[in-house]
Amino acid sequence: MKRKNRWITAGLVLLSSVIWLPLLYMAAQSFMGKGELIENTGAVLAGADGRAHFSLLPKYPTLEPYVELLLDSPGFFVMFWNSCRQVFPVLLGQLLIGTPAAWALGRYKFRGRNILMLLYMILMIMPFQVTMVSGYLVLKQFQLLDTHLALILPGIFNTFPVFIMSKAFSGIPDSLIEAARIDGAGEFKVFCMVGVPMALPGIISAMILGFLEYWNVIEQPMTFLKTKNLWPLSLYLPNITSDKINVSFAASIVMLLPAVFLFLWGQQYLEQGIAASGLKE
Amino acid sequence: MDAVGVNFTGLDNYLTVIGKSSFQLAVSNTVRFIVTCIPLLLLLSLAVAVLISSITRLRELLKTIFLFPMAIPVASIVVLWRLVFDNHGFLNGFIERFHISPTDWMNGPSAFYVLVFSYLWKNTGYDMILWLAGLNEIPDSLYEAARMDGAGKKECFFHITLPLLRPTVAMIAVLSLVNSFKVFREAYLIAGDYPHKSIYMLQHLFNNWFVKLDIQKMSAASVMMAAAASLIIIGVHLTHEKKK
Repeated sequence: MKRKNRWITAGLVLLSSVIWLPLLYMAAQSFMGKGELIENTGAVLAGADGRAHFSLLPKYPTLEPYVELLLDSPGFFVMFWNSCRQVFPVLLGQLLIGTPAAWALGRYKFRGRNILMLLYMILMIMPFQVTMVSGYLVLKQFQLLDTHLALILPGIFNTFPVFIMSKAFSGIPDSLIEAARIDGAGEFKVFCMVGVPMALPGIISAMILGFLEYWNVIEQPMTFLKTKNLWPLSLYLPNITSDKINVSFAASIVMLLPAVFLFLWGQQYLEQGIAASGLKE
Repeated sequence: MDAVGVNFTGLDNYLTVIGKSSFQLAVSNTVRFIVTCIPLLLLLSLAVAVLISSITRLRELLKTIFLFPMAIPVASIVVLWRLVFDNHGFLNGFIERFHISPTDWMNGPSAFYVLVFSYLWKNTGYDMILWLAGLNEIPDSLYEAARMDGAGKKECFFHITLPLLRPTVAMIAVLSLVNSFKVFREAYLIAGDYPHKSIYMLQHLFNNWFVKLDIQKMSAASVMMAAAASLIIIGVHLTHEKKK
């Protein structure tokens, strides 16, 4: 029995190397000097002759790429800041508007609730391209194209966080809600004092998923933002790679850090939230 | 209607769109991608979930590792995928050692499988968590009772685990479908507007139509896509209702 488990563990560790090896590789490459990096990867990234060489660890580790990226690439800062200016308002808006919506869908029985829930799910699985034209026309009418708001406003009304949070709300035991009502709490108070604290894992996990989603956004800025100065890092990063090969890995790592820290901090909540989203109604 | 919305043209736009070979290609690629990826992802993640729940050592660490890719921004990882799958990349260098002739992975039919790989890479952890939640719902007493009756591990898995996981399958498939549309990001960042035709998806087609301001075609195609999405969700919903 013990031995068998050891084999399973070994197998899983082997399988997981598909994940940690690439990440380790990227982290290691980000400490590589320009010459060495071009020697190893120039064949792919800079159009040099020959073949890319896989070498995990840098021979001469250096902070040079980070120094150049952080002190010498103003474009990178602009895009990083753009990403922040787009992601955080979206999350705040989802919190203010999505949470009450999710409470209603998760806790109240009313006529049309099922249809509404169905509509939410349909909107949820629809790829961005389906609403691209209508979104574009609406934003044009409001003269919001080519502004941060073109990403923020549609993002706030995304249905996915409402879906996750409504699952979290409907998972609260009825007795708790009843008890609060008997104690004389009004609906709003029940929502604030019982609903939100009890569903906090779901809410946090919706926020983390939202962060990952909007930190990664590609299609929306591509369609709605013409001015490159407004682009988020997610869309701009591949350009850095082709312009300045020596900072490409460092830039990748810097972009990845906020997402990874958030993930590691909230992994417990995230798992609970994801798990709740899969449960049948 | 025509672009300015004056003349009613009936179903003409729909017929034009359906007749377009680029539309047929994009639809068939998208469908092929979905029917390849989702079963593969469900099986792989179920296997990982079952195996991971059977071990105790390193369990939390492995869970974190498998879930990790969902936190990795696409833009960060594509530089690595390019290094691996490029004609002059690592994969070709690796297989040449075994005297297999190299191929240009992103510019051939294999591009499809590169995309499948990157989808599995990113989403296995997410689905693993969903499966683990389903597994947790199964009471231990069922397994104990079965073991008393002399059932082995295999019987337990096929007669208890699988049937009891069935209600969660539909929801996991829907969430996997949502994520499958996001693979366009990888495809776009690696291969651009016009990738190899094996990964020319509906999303590429929509983008290219958008650039050309082909509003009529886009609207017709959007309606069809929205209808398909609605059918899927309603189908899932009805099968759920039936089981209740």
